Amino acid sequence: MNLLWLQSGGCGGCTLSWLGSEHGSLFRELAAEGIELLWHPSLSESGVDEARDLIARCADGRTRVDVLCIEGSLLRGPLGSGGFHRFGGGAQPMIDWVRQIAARARHVVAIGSCSAWGGITAAGVNPTDACGLQYDGEAAGGLLGPGFRDAAGLPVINVAGCPPHPDWITETLAMLAHGRLGAAQLDDLGRPRFYADQLVHHGCPRNEYYEFKASASRHSEQGCLMEQLGCKGTQAHADCNQRLWNGEGSCLRGGYACIRCTEPGFEEPGHAFETTPKVAGIPLGLPADMPKAWFIALAALSKSATPQRVRENAHSDHLLRAPTVKRTKR
Amino acid sequence: MSTRRVVGPFNRVEGDLEITLDIDDGRVAAAYVNSPLYRGFEQILQGKLPADALVLVPRICGICSVAQSAAAALALADAAGATPPPNGRLAANLTLAVENLADHLTHFYLFFMPDFAREEYKSRRWYHGAAQRFRATAGSAPNEVLPARARFMQMMGLLAGKWPHTLAVQPGGSTRPLQSSELFRLQRSLREFRGFLERVTFGARLEDVAAIASRQQLDAWRAQAGGGDLRTFLDIAADLDLWQVGRGSDRFMSYGCYQEQDRRLFPAGLWHGGALPLDIAGISEDTSHAWYAAAGLPQHPAAGSTLPVAAKEGAYSWCKAPRLAGQVVETGALARQVVAGHALARDMVAGSGASVAARVVARLLELALVLPAMEHWLGELAPGQPWCITSQLADETAGVGLVEAARGSLGHWLTVRRGRIHNYQIIAPTTWNFSPRDGAGTPGALEQALAGLPADAAAPLPAIIHHVVRSFDPCMVCTVH
Repeated sequence: MNLLWLQSGGCGGCTLSWLGSEHGSLFRELAAEGIELLWHPSLSESGVDEARDLIARCADGRTRVDVLCIEGSLLRGPLGSGGFHRFGGGAQPMIDWVRQIAARARHVVAIGSCSAWGGITAAGVNPTDACGLQYDGEAAGGLLGPGFRDAAGLPVINVAGCPPHPDWITETLAMLAHGRLGAAQLDDLGRPRFYADQLVHHGCPRNEYYEFKASASRHSEQGCLMEQLGCKGTQAHADCNQRLWNGEGSCLRGGYACIRCTEPGFEEPGHAFETTPKVAGIPLGLPADMPKAWFIALAALSKSATPQRVRENAHSDHLLRAPTVKRTKR
Repeated sequence: MSTRRVVGPFNRVEGDLEITLDIDDGRVAAAYVNSPLYRGFEQILQGKLPADALVLVPRICGICSVAQSAAAALALADAAGATPPPNGRLAANLTLAVENLADHLTHFYLFFMPDFAREEYKSRRWYHGAAQRFRATAGSAPNEVLPARARFMQMMGLLAGKWPHTLAVQPGGSTRPLQSSELFRLQRSLREFRGFLERVTFGARLEDVAAIASRQQLDAWRAQAGGGDLRTFLDIAADLDLWQVGRGSDRFMSYGCYQEQDRRLFPAGLWHGGALPLDIAGISEDTSHAWYAAAGLPQHPAAGSTLPVAAKEGAYSWCKAPRLAGQVVETGALARQVVAGHALARDMVAGSGASVAARVVARLLELALVLPAMEHWLGELAPGQPWCITSQLADETAGVGLVEAARGSLGHWLTVRRGRIHNYQIIAPTTWNFSPRDGAGTPGALEQALAGLPADAAAPLPAIIHHVVRSFDPCMVCTVH
């Protein structure tokens, strides 16, 4: 299976995240899965004329493309011209290349939330009219339109995340290479379910603080970040606290909120990213699938049941009280 | 009569790059560097809550992500008058150092060295070995480096949750308190990385590399028996005369970085044949050759504006032209070490000025200089002491954040009005190095470095042009942002 990777309105961080893959050499892993890089802007030897020639061949069908990976938002501005990113070395805007190659590729994969939904580049006044391949924020559409299907009948596969975990990318590509990724393996937003059917909350090391609503109120405290510091881990689809980052990391383990970067529209939460919006003291944005009344009732109950140990540790940057050692023999 | 040739897309430059060459008699008569991607972060940031900059600005760049976070945190701290506790300062140093060292490694092995595997060099005595070792994706080096790099980046998991794009770097310090057992894990990662560098990159102790004090000593070191990829590069550089190509303006700037108790590990300054004071009030951005509405005279970034226009007479890049007191400056590891006074760095530019080889050597030299400092900072961390303070930002305020990313000086200028970001201007390292011409027609650093190199209107682009371009370790996504 060959793979063409192009970048447009993004930061290149998806590629950098991917290079942090922790299973030996990423290049050898790809080769072992039968994945051949036709061209990648950060990794390939060839550039300039050779690269332009290759990409032109991909666009007109002389070179077969099994998987087209796009990293970065698609920039439609100014005024629909695509002029905010003309692909280096020619007059043609990147969005034209992407449209042409996507129409011929066997599969189209959005790498990261920019190419999935528009992402950070679409934040604020969205100066470049940035969108995703098949979504414009939460609305189906984007550059290729809601009806886009690849040669195998799949929509754009959205490996969303800002950035995506290296393994989300590699495993998606490996599943494609082995013919194991069909419509049933994608969620309602086109994300691979192997990571998107989880919540960031699953496996969060702060879960005891969450259970008792023992909340951190300032950075570096150990308590739950949901009530005060903007954490959306109970709503965000991803397995970040089960499949860790850079060894033993995750946003929560790093001491800061999940900003639901795998979800469309995460870049405009409508409130300060690191502050939880509330109405009458109740956080807006309840945990996934949780009825509001129950959440309120359980929160009130658990707050009143919080052990002193958990309450004190929540407001400290290190453990003040260890769990009691229970002796079973006298 | 010169012929014009547009070349692009340059790859392995972290983003997209196009260069227009005017070729005359087999040489580059003039080069015009175009950063073809505009995203508009400075427009996106306007009207946002100041603290939200910590989410937005790291996403300017996937390779300088922590440097962007650090500059934003410093600008916010400056605006709030906040000073992080010692643990916060040390954690910020360590986090930035992990990124900067990993970037130096990535640049050398994944972005720069693969060009020596080009067919053009087939007849060189070193070709076979270099191609086998450094060929992109397939060579033995990239496949050996990626796992070592990933192991080293595990420090980011502990220090910052993940990389790229962390929120751990805050104006008041770090969100991530470390416990004693975690410090051992970090020391272990550093020890492993030191081992890798000493075995694979240098074939020598870091301290011995850091002690090389002149070109002459470097040549003597190269002549000694032993391995190491630096030595291979030095052999190639000598054969291809990479010490003589790629000279820019030879005016070197560094904002300084890695705050220690009462000094910075690498101090700020300016160097032009000798040390000069660095006055950042003298920075201005010229938009005469960039696709922005001109706002009269070049502006200091604190008063700068970013208003893109679709077409403009004479414009050829989305990159503005920053100048220091009206002058073109070069920034990066070489500039940083020249300013900091490292004897080898100063000697490398004393004769024929900056060069492809000097820039590459300076980057590797920093690996040898910074890692021992990291070992020291780790030893100073004090679990149980505070990591982060909270600070209050006034509704009307301003701040500046200046740091050194791997590839050079990065500055953020923030103005807050009525509690919202009124203006946020960013000048990234490659904005300096790859700037277009200014109002006086003076070319940017890379544009100067390319002039006079061999080129042909139709034949494949000579590898030497690739070497010069990549010797700056460009980050094109930062350049325009």
